[in-house]
Amino acid sequence: MRWEIVIGLEIHAQLATKAKIFSGASTKYGAAPNSQASLVDLGYPGVLPVLNADCVTMAVKFGLATGCEIARRSVFARKNYFYPDLPKGYQISQYELPIVHGGKIDVVLEDGSTRTVGIVRAHLEEDAGKSLHEDFAGMSGIDLNRAGTGLLEIVSAPDLRSAAEAGAYMRKVHALVRYLGICDGNMQEGSFRCDANVSVRRHGETKLGTRTELKNLNSFRFVEQAITIEAERQIELIEGGGKVVQETRLYDPDREETRPMRSKEEANDYRYFPDPDLLPVSIDERLVADVRASLPELPDAKRERFIRDYALPAYDAQVLTVERPLADYFEAVAKSTKAAPKIAANWVMGELTAALNRDASSVADARVSAPALALLLDKIAGGTISGKIAKEVFEAVWAGEGTVEEIIEKRGLTQISDTASIDKLVAEVIAANPAQVEQFRAGKQQVLGFLVGQIMKASRGKANPQQVNEALRKQLGSV
Amino acid sequence: MHTRTLAQLAGDLRARRISSTELTRHYLDRIERFDDNLNAFVTVTAEQALAQAAAADKRLAKGEATLLTGIPLAHKDIFCTAGVKTSCASRMLDNFIAPYDAGVVERLANAGAVMLGKTNMDEFAMGSSNETSFYGPVRNPWDRTLVPGGSSGGSAAAVASRMAPAATGTDTGGSIRQPAALSGITGLKPTYGRVSRYGMIAFASSLDQAGVLTQSAEDAALLLETMAGFDERDSTSIDEPVPRYSQVVGEPWENVTIGVPESFFDEGLDADNAAAVRAALAELTKLGAKLKSIELKYINLSVPAYYVVAPAEASSNLSRFDGVRFGHRAERAAGEDLIKFYMRNRGEGFGAEVKRRILTGTYVLSAGYFDAYYLQAQKARKLISDDFANAFRSVDFVAGPTTPSPAFGLGQKTSNPIEMYLNDIYTIGANLAGLPAMSIPCGFVRNLPVGLQLVAPPLHEAQLLKLAHHFQRATDWHARVPASYA
Repeated sequence: MRWEIVIGLEIHAQLATKAKIFSGASTKYGAAPNSQASLVDLGYPGVLPVLNADCVTMAVKFGLATGCEIARRSVFARKNYFYPDLPKGYQISQYELPIVHGGKIDVVLEDGSTRTVGIVRAHLEEDAGKSLHEDFAGMSGIDLNRAGTGLLEIVSAPDLRSAAEAGAYMRKVHALVRYLGICDGNMQEGSFRCDANVSVRRHGETKLGTRTELKNLNSFRFVEQAITIEAERQIELIEGGGKVVQETRLYDPDREETRPMRSKEEANDYRYFPDPDLLPVSIDERLVADVRASLPELPDAKRERFIRDYALPAYDAQVLTVERPLADYFEAVAKSTKAAPKIAANWVMGELTAALNRDASSVADARVSAPALALLLDKIAGGTISGKIAKEVFEAVWAGEGTVEEIIEKRGLTQISDTASIDKLVAEVIAANPAQVEQFRAGKQQVLGFLVGQIMKASRGKANPQQVNEALRKQLGSV
Repeated sequence: MHTRTLAQLAGDLRARRISSTELTRHYLDRIERFDDNLNAFVTVTAEQALAQAAAADKRLAKGEATLLTGIPLAHKDIFCTAGVKTSCASRMLDNFIAPYDAGVVERLANAGAVMLGKTNMDEFAMGSSNETSFYGPVRNPWDRTLVPGGSSGGSAAAVASRMAPAATGTDTGGSIRQPAALSGITGLKPTYGRVSRYGMIAFASSLDQAGVLTQSAEDAALLLETMAGFDERDSTSIDEPVPRYSQVVGEPWENVTIGVPESFFDEGLDADNAAAVRAALAELTKLGAKLKSIELKYINLSVPAYYVVAPAEASSNLSRFDGVRFGHRAERAAGEDLIKFYMRNRGEGFGAEVKRRILTGTYVLSAGYFDAYYLQAQKARKLISDDFANAFRSVDFVAGPTTPSPAFGLGQKTSNPIEMYLNDIYTIGANLAGLPAMSIPCGFVRNLPVGLQLVAPPLHEAQLLKLAHHFQRATDWHARVPASYA
């Protein structure tokens, strides 16, 4: 390819605090419009912002997790512009002195290689309200419930080179903020969204091309699609002799195109200046040490530990550690079952994940608990049931029909492994299939598989397959 | 009754020589009688005042009173008062009923003080003559053809004419001290952060400070000890204990050195005004103070620095007034675009001086101008603060004139904003440096009162009030009342 795509992402992660960043109002999603907007959020005369210390702690957590420098002193600034969902006429953000800066995140790509993405900065700011365009007969409604919710804006360096890389990076940040417990990551509710800066340049060129900014991408798929489409547009434009204009563009997934949001003439001058209502945020060594001590194990470290402690293949360890709840689930199973960790990994990545996907639910809502799965794997390891029967039990537990033991008991699924019963089953099948027995004797080995299948079927899957095999060979040999 | 100071009235109430209801009625009667001439009040809350007075009387009877229980006061119309119009003397907020009480209002109400009403002011506290008010100018009780000063002109005129024994005010560049000087009363602007800004409609947040306009330093002490203190709703309020100012003011005199910046007495100052201030300084030496000439090298930068920083902050603070959620809303034309609607709301709601400052502020914050104006002004501000800090290494106070001249005529300076701005030339420094400062009456020039300004180091309100109180024990300038209101 003659063209190189250069991408940087600005991710907005809503901080998972109970109260807003500068007011005591609740941040809970889904309440009646404007029922969670205090006088501060409404921008009433005379009210003042008071910083929620939890937001500071969360930003420091993110900074430490990504190797950022934590600013001992950071400053809130006002970004001034008029918009109906911005009641004060300015957004409180951080401009020249962000709370953390200069870190990095390693992203594992599809081909297994690792790309290091620079984190230029992450700063605290307040979210705006929402404009609602439906149900108002040609007018817009304003819901200020979201206004004042704390955001961490995470700005990457232009280190990403493809839509897929951008998607992988965004997934990694998504997993990270959830590991850290600083954002619920709910993209439908807008808790995690991103803007993408995209430019293209000819291979070998060191100067960056003119970039455009794609606004408000709220799913991984949209980020990748929007970047692909925008890069194609830019390449086509340049190859046709045109020039890319620096502008803000909107991605329209229905029409599969990007188009300009506002023209350059209307470009805002935000007139940033330090907010005189708020003191600079000062962070001392003790806070940093406390937050550091409270950090959970992060995805990369967990992945390495899973490879080391559970002898998992790198692929399994990667998949299991993307989301902390899944990793925790796996570990709970692996720690309490007699089965090998690899078997536990197979079940978590296979049956469990499939069931969750089918129900479109999350690990927290799994209907087979980790101890139940551990018990089920013990039953296989102990020879009580076969792997195949275990899947049936798993589904029954998932469907709420009872516990592992109740279902095995109720359905009589315990494996048949007494020699007399198996010999009887084998004899019956041999008697019922004289033609196949004839074929086997004539040297057709494949018929053995058919006969085993018939025996298993007769036992309704409960016969111990190994014993069946042995008994069958013995009886055929003696006929 | 109305010639008694707040401290004296507090004694009368506690001794049950008078009830709060009687006292409140007396002041409401005076407002009724005089305010048509002075225009000091935007709103008179007679009914609420009498209810508060009745409650105060019960509290006094039960012996659960504070020193302020039953004392009538007026609040500048910049403080939010629950259920009462809070206009900032702007058409923009002519219809605004505040849904909550400002921190200052709340503290005084909790102490049992009675609110007589809300006083007139320059629109959004932008002005030095009270002529930018949507409700018309306030007149000076000493001469009704003159301005009372501003922006707390209504509070100053109300106290000078004894329509209220004391009033609250705010001071961003001299808005308490300058009208106090021109109206012949005592004005105190505390240290930035000493009194909560919560519920005080913002003009320039880094400079705004609530304070009082009173008949005496002793009265100011009494009010400040209730108003001051940390408020978790204001991040810039100072978390330091509040001294019992009303007790400290009477304590014996200590040796103090007063710094006098000679540049304050140059050609910009009216000669008679200068003489009155010099005489007051001489009086202080008779009381045992030592005078020392000092230099405030960068003080001449204070007016230009102020007129960059204050409008910059104001341009942003006033953005919330778009006429949508509260405030003045123009008739909306069918299909009118939202920005045009905002523009008409603001165009109709704000007066000329407010617009001038929004424009100035927007300009100095704009890309390409920010460094040359806003950043330079912040540097000047730092130099001015350092100047004062250096001075306070060798002196306890800085003293000089409060204003360049006594009160000027209505309409005399409205056509020349620069001349109007220069009226705050001596007061702005204390705001830029965040220092506590007072103006106390120190004589008369052509039958008009003039003020002596005293500035102290941060959080030295107790010392400042004590100095002013000792001066007022030796003089009677502060006790004089204009003949028509005596």
